[in-house]
Amino acid sequence: MTEPQTPGLDRRAFVKLGVAGGAASLAAACGWDGGNALRPRLLDISRLNDWVGEKLLFSSTRLARTYDPAERSAMLPSYFISTAMPMLENPDAWRLRVAGLVQRPLELSLDELLTMPRVTYTVKHHCVEGWSAIATWHGVPVSAIVQRSEPLAAARYIQFVSFDSDYSNGWDMASALHPQTILAYGMNDNPLPPAHGAPLRLYSPTKLGYKMTKYLVSMTFMDRRPGGYWEDRGYPWFGGI
Amino acid sequence: MNDGPPLAPPAAPPRAPVRRHHWIVRLTHWATLFLVAGMITSGLQIYEAYARFGSRGGPFLPSPFDDARFPQWSRLGGWLAGALNWHFALMWPFVTVGLLYLGYLVGSGEWRALLFRPRDVRGAVEMAKYYLHLRRDHPPQGKHNPLQQLAYTCIYLFGALAVLTGLAIYKPVQFGWLTALLGGFQAARYWHFWIVWIFVAFTITHVILVFVVDPASFRAMLTGRYRGRFPSHD
Repeated sequence: MTEPQTPGLDRRAFVKLGVAGGAASLAAACGWDGGNALRPRLLDISRLNDWVGEKLLFSSTRLARTYDPAERSAMLPSYFISTAMPMLENPDAWRLRVAGLVQRPLELSLDELLTMPRVTYTVKHHCVEGWSAIATWHGVPVSAIVQRSEPLAAARYIQFVSFDSDYSNGWDMASALHPQTILAYGMNDNPLPPAHGAPLRLYSPTKLGYKMTKYLVSMTFMDRRPGGYWEDRGYPWFGGI
Repeated sequence: MNDGPPLAPPAAPPRAPVRRHHWIVRLTHWATLFLVAGMITSGLQIYEAYARFGSRGGPFLPSPFDDARFPQWSRLGGWLAGALNWHFALMWPFVTVGLLYLGYLVGSGEWRALLFRPRDVRGAVEMAKYYLHLRRDHPPQGKHNPLQQLAYTCIYLFGALAVLTGLAIYKPVQFGWLTALLGGFQAARYWHFWIVWIFVAFTITHVILVFVVDPASFRAMLTGRYRGRFPSHD
């Protein structure tokens, strides 16, 4: 029996076709976000990942590692959406409005917030871009505000709104009640600087930076999941790490 | 004229095609090709958002790719959020396919032909000598030679490391113990990135060797049937 002729040319042609086809489809795929057909499917999977992050991986008692103030990074970048840095015209008139599905809506001044329980920690900040930096934050636990405003049983989310253009974030209640979730009025032993969200910003070392609303004006308790500035543009809603 | 020994032994007597690769191996092999390509290209788009390794303000871990932008054709997702959504969608089939393949290797016993063990060191040295033209005859081998076993064993370990470093930077608080074990968030990110180049180098070498040494193995990975010069099984 003689071996049949090896289909060398056919195989070579096949390989060339495969390589060319693969390269072409790859080139077409790259720099591409999935198009109208795939983008919604990718967002569906992102919702699934939100669920995994919120319901399976997040622990309401697990604390992010804390650092010594001597380990602070040399810098911590910041950004805002507005064309100019958002600043209050009359800082004394500023109030944090606590509203929505609560029994006791609140209007809290900065002085009132300063009399409430105080948390100070030095933690690592994780940006969705991949950078990280260590800083110290001072503020009042969100759980203390929740306790004082007595939310209704139907309240499952909190919407945090800023005076930086239309920037806002939505948080699930468990993340908001985490002991390291605070409304920060201080940074690195000083009052919160305007670049980092003065007079008050949301902070948590268990979230990516874009979930921590700066330039806060209100927190509203809701029964439905509020969107957010980056979340509505395709970033993961949960943003927990 | 070629004075050195050929890269492969002379063609063996003609053989009838034999079944070599189970459909699970073929399916997971080609699925892995596309999934790794998607993970790497979306990963390069994610990398562009912060092309450094180290806390803000430094010091930075040494890397030739500091502040690098990779060409448009090598990036998937269009922008950071699009790339993240690709990366975090493909991670599910990537891990599933990997576990299916490893489960098959364990269940079928085929891991024996692939796992590099201490007893294979001597054979690997002989095989290296042959490739370096220090030995004329091709050492006898089973389904895979010891250098192949070493390469495959290493790529399984790097695949596992890619998943572990990925988890460490995906959830550095919830998996804080893992992140700490890998040297911290930026170190884990650093290794996650370097594994890309190990995968790329492995793939290039793998494809070259398939076509230079044993072209029949390419058809075997498509059809399952092998008619090449090496033993089909150990």
